[in-house]
Amino acid sequence: MRSSRFFGSGGVSCDDVADALPAIVDGLEVAAIEVQRHVAACLRCQAELVQYRKVLRTLHQLRTEVLEPTPGLLPDILAALEAAGERRAIHHLLNGRRVAYVGGIAAATAAGAAGAILASRARRKVRLAS
Amino acid sequence: MVIPSEEARLVAAAKAGDSDAFAELVRNTQGDVYTLAYRLTGNEDDARDVAQEAYLRAFRSLKRFRGDARFSTWMYRITANCASTHLSRRSKGRHEELSDDDNVLDERPESDPETMAEAGVLRDRVTAALADLPPILRAVVVLRDVYDLPHDAIASELGITESAAKVRLHRARRKLRERLFPMPGEEKARAV
Ligand SMILES: [Zn+2]
Repeated sequence: MRSSRFFGSGGVSCDDVADALPAIVDGLEVAAIEVQRHVAACLRCQAELVQYRKVLRTLHQLRTEVLEPTPGLLPDILAALEAAGERRAIHHLLNGRRVAYVGGIAAATAAGAAGAILASRARRKVRLAS
Repeated sequence: MVIPSEEARLVAAAKAGDSDAFAELVRNTQGDVYTLAYRLTGNEDDARDVAQEAYLRAFRSLKRFRGDARFSTWMYRITANCASTHLSRRSKGRHEELSDDDNVLDERPESDPETMAEAGVLRDRVTAALADLPPILRAVVVLRDVYDLPHDAIASELGITESAAKVRLHRARRKLRERLFPMPGEEKARAV
């Protein structure tokens, strides 16, 4: 429901424009000429478009935010990769093919003593996932 | 942030079987991948599972990565796909999870929008509003407007048509705008 209903010269209402605004705010889609005319003459729709632009700009800014993963994510991932690599190596051995061995991945982590626990947790997840 | 040529070297080495190189790619991108997974799933546990699954899938299909996109962009697509699978698997029997209709309670717009409009505050409000969107709307708007993935990539990773992706994107933008900057007459008329 809209508090004001402005019809521009093309007979386009604010409601019609409201449906078009989310599509045209990024500039990738061109608004119909009647919509353009309406917006050019309607302060309400101009204000709404400005709000859309603010939302879009803020969404763009979120891209630069990198959340800190919970501790242990990296060792978990690397241990899961190691397990997958071992399975693949065994599979290829059984099939008589040479394959790059991925076992070194876990050694690249700084997991250290926690490795055993993390690896078992990761393997459980791998099983669930595959 | 890794410069592209260094990334290309690591990708080439990983493809050739260098496990340390793949581990380095994981190390360089895990923050971004986890962040995307978190934005798509909305919680830490799911984000961890999705990130891990995404790297496993990337590892298995590395040969198919042609290097015409950034490795991180490729990872975003895989992460989106994994999150989509993850959410639909979890929502089996819980219909509302992936539906477009949201029954999220309306939150009163906080005080005066003008004074709330400072960048940091607005960012927090957008983050909160994103988290309250239905997952399928959230996925599309996050992938398009935050991560800048093209419509066809989004559609293919989420298993929907391109036009469905656009419809959902516009609906998501509208819900965010209505919640963050309600126009006169909208506050009571619309939820979210
Ligand atoms: Zn208007």
